[in-house]
Parts: sequence; structure tokens; C-alpha cells
Amino acid sequence: MLKDITLGQYFPGDTIVHRLDPRTKLLCVTLYIAEIFTANTVCGVLLSYATLAMAVILSKTTVKQLLKGMKPLLFIIILTGLLNLFYTTGDTLVKFWIFNITRQGVIRSAQMVSRIVMLICGSFLLTLTTSPLSITDGLEMLMNPLKKLRVPVHELSMMMSIALRFIPTLMEETDKIMSAQKARGADFETGSLFQRAKALLPVLVPLFVSAFRRADELATAMECRCYHGGSGRTRMKELKMESRDWLCILLFLALLAAVIALRVLGI
Amino acid sequence: MEPIIKIENLRFRYPGNKEDSLKNISTSFEKGSFTAILGHNGSGKSTLAKHLNSILLPSEGRVLVKGMDTADESRLLDIRRTVGMVFQNPDNQIVASVVEDDVAFAPENLGVESSEIRRRVDAALKQVEMYEYRTHAPHLLSGGQKQRIAIAGVLAMQPEVIVLDEPTAMLDPQGRHEVINCIEELRRQGVTVILITHHMSECIHCDRLIVMSDGEIRMDGTPSEVFSRVEELRAMDLDVPETVDILYQFRKRGLDVPINALEAESCAAVVAVALHVLEGAFDE
Repeated sequence: MLKDITLGQYFPGDTIVHRLDPRTKLLCVTLYIAEIFTANTVCGVLLSYATLAMAVILSKTTVKQLLKGMKPLLFIIILTGLLNLFYTTGDTLVKFWIFNITRQGVIRSAQMVSRIVMLICGSFLLTLTTSPLSITDGLEMLMNPLKKLRVPVHELSMMMSIALRFIPTLMEETDKIMSAQKARGADFETGSLFQRAKALLPVLVPLFVSAFRRADELATAMECRCYHGGSGRTRMKELKMESRDWLCILLFLALLAAVIALRVLGI
Repeated sequence: MEPIIKIENLRFRYPGNKEDSLKNISTSFEKGSFTAILGHNGSGKSTLAKHLNSILLPSEGRVLVKGMDTADESRLLDIRRTVGMVFQNPDNQIVASVVEDDVAFAPENLGVESSEIRRRVDAALKQVEMYEYRTHAPHLLSGGQKQRIAIAGVLAMQPEVIVLDEPTAMLDPQGRHEVINCIEELRRQGVTVILITHHMSECIHCDRLIVMSDGEIRMDGTPSEVFSRVEELRAMDLDVPETVDILYQFRKRGLDVPINALEAESCAAVVAVALHVLEGAFDE
């Protein structure tokens, strides 16, 4: 049933990684990405892998889940690996037919693949352990300083959370409209891609009309509940940075510093 | 005592319409009362409701909420926190993806301190008996439950008046029962309730019943007064509760029974008495 869909990849749990403040997690992922792209030595890459392994273990994520998250991007990973392997010039290791594999090519290829894998796993861990709603909240708080530059931070995050709220409702409605059209003989399953896309038109029109009506009613209901933008608003669940959050950020800063040091030293 | 809402010569026309949707309405609502407004689609009852908390502003005349003019923009938030409103479709008034976050929406907008919001949210959810669902996702709840969440969302503002605009129109019988019980409970707790509906059965227990048609107030009185005017109601294409209909049919056949017994029990009692009288007449 469409009604039972879960949004994103969030997998509820009660580990230390789940309990961290979403802002901490967002910051740490950013720091981690910087770490990945700074690391250009064997030790640096290994350290980055170790960081990832630590997060995976602490969040009790299974390797199966990680592999599932990587599946859609498998093609890109392999392609990057192969291109770097065959097209890097340097000291030849193996040579057959038109291919020329160099020592530099092997290193480069391993490095690039590592980067992509760590990048995917790192951001995947974030969405796996943080609900879309907390990510929205965290982003709003992190982007708060941008308000001074007149970026409508509150409005953006409000739009995000309302969109998240209405996805299941609109899904359910799509289901209903499709059933209604099917009952009148609409055919969504056969024909060419173009024909099938065209068959969706009688679903989309009523869906849009109803979405606008809903938006209008929701706006009135929000006004009735004294909504007047973000100014003077308080929150019931205030995000609070605990000592573990600061420790976590410090740890990731230290790791980034270590990787930079390794790069400078070239080991 | 000064009424909590006072409407003076209210006239309203939607922009672009040729006819007035509300024609010269004057009335007031007492604190702590339970008023039902009954009328057909297009009778102007929802338009009237939207005037009570500044969603619509009068074309002529004025609406006073606790002495504040609804056209006074500087008092807008005060007016809206005094008069809470619940609408027909529960799906389109729930803002957040978690029940308790939705109930917290109004107090968050009002800038209430977070511990106080927590207290209000818990209290409001207990009032509508949805406390154990506080961490659920609203889209997985039933219609009646969702509508009770919407009511809790308004209660968390701690309003003095709650206006419900056909809150049961989209619900199944079970959901309707839940919501009506919830409204009765609010009334017992002293909240001023204004219920807009076209279900006769929901009006039986109110203190005062207003019947609207064509943008005007046609009848205004206690439910038993209003429902005893069967012919007038029928002329407006409105029905009467079944109990009144039964008594009305008896009267048409020449049986002298009072017509204003609204509940099944009192109706049965009235009929029983009448039958005894008849029996006595035959015995002689």
C-alpha cells in the first residue's frame, strides 16, 4: 500500500549516533567530507576508513544496509575506478592489447573509489540515523545566521516540513484517483512510455486541483492558529547541544587536522 | 454580563459577487454558552463563522470579540487566540508530521516558553483523550482521531471560544460520535462553543439554536422552541429530528401531544402518556 511508505532511508534506533543533535551530525558529515577530500596518502585514507567504521559500528548499521544504499551508485563507482585505472599515465605495470595499467593508475583508482564509497556511506549514515524532520530542524538552526542576509530560512524549513507532512496524504489521494480512473476504464500499465505518460494526465489534473485547495485550507487553518511567520516563534522541543555533541565535533575536527598533517608530511 | 462576541449589523459580500452573502446580521454570544448554527450549504453559516476571528472582515457593520474590533489589525493575534477555529477536513489543518508537534504549533506561534508549551500540549491531548497517540504520525490515524487532534491544536492556544465549522461532515458515524462527545466535554469545562452543522441530531443538546438561510438569521431560540416550528423549517428545506417528526405526525392525526420532546426518552414518555389517555377514552 502507498500509505505505508517510509520517507527517505530513516531507520529508527536508539544508539548514540541516533541521539546526537542533528546539527552535530550535519556538521560532522561536512567535516568528514572535507577529511575525505583532503586525504591523499595511504595513512590518510586508512584513517578516513577508520572514522567511517567507527560511525558504522556505533550506529549499529549493518553492512547489508550500507550496500543497499550504495547499489544505485554502483555503476558510477565502477566506471570511475576503471577510467582512472586505464587512463592514468606513468610507470607501466601490466600491458595487454590496448590497455596500459600503470602504478599511478592503480593508486589513483583506489583513491577515487575510496572517496566515493566513503562519501556515499557517510551521507547515507546521516539520513539513516536522522529523521527528515530533525534534519530540517537542524538545517534551520544552522542556517539561522543567514537570516541577516535576508535568506528566508524559517520559511524554507516550514515549506520543507509541510511538504514532508503532505507526501503521505497526497500519495493516498493519488491512489484513490487512480482507482477511480481505472474503474472508468483508464489504462496505466500498457502502451509505450509516451502513451503511459499521457494516461497519467487525468490523474495529475485532479491531484493538482486538490493540492491547491488543500494549500488554501491549510493556510487559513494556520492563520487561525496565530501563524505569522518566524518572528517571535518559540519551539516546544528545543534542540540542545549536549557535551557528547561538542565531543563529537571536536573529534571530527581533530581527525580533519590529522589528515591535513598527514598530507603535509606526505605519509 | 457583557457577551464575549458581539455582531452589529454585519453585512458581507465576497469580492466579485453580486449578492450579499450575509445580510444585516446582529446577534451576540454569551460566555460559556453552547450555540449551534444550522443551515443549508450556501446559507452563509460558514461565512459568518469566518468573521468571528478575522479571517473575513465585514463589508459593513462590525464584529467585537471581548470588545476588540476584528478589523483592528493591531489586535489580530489577541482575537485569534481568543476565538479558536476547527474546520471540516482534518487532513488540511494538521501542520506537522507528529501529533504532539502539531498540537504545539499554535503556542509556538504565540511565543510561549517551551516548558509551558509542553504542559499545554499534554493537557490538550488529555482533554481530547489522544494522549497515548502523541508520538504517532497523523496520517495513520482515523478521521475522528485526526479531528480530535485538530481540536487539541486549538485548545493548546487556551481560547475562550471554540468555533467548529462542520467538524463532523467528513467523518464516519464512529468518528462523528467521538467528536461530538469531545465537544460536549469541552462545554462541560466551560468553554464557549459555537457549532456550525447541518446535522439536526448534533443540535439537540445545545443551549441555543440559530437557523440561517440566505445570509440571514431566520430563527433563534432553544432547540425545543426552534424545532417545534416544523412547517417553517420544512419550508426552508431543513429537516427536524426524528422524535419531533413522530410527534408532528401524531399531532397531524389529531393526537394532542407536545411537540418539543427532542430526545428518544422524552418522546417515548410523551407518546406513552398520550396512549394512556386514548386507552382511557376507549374504556369509557
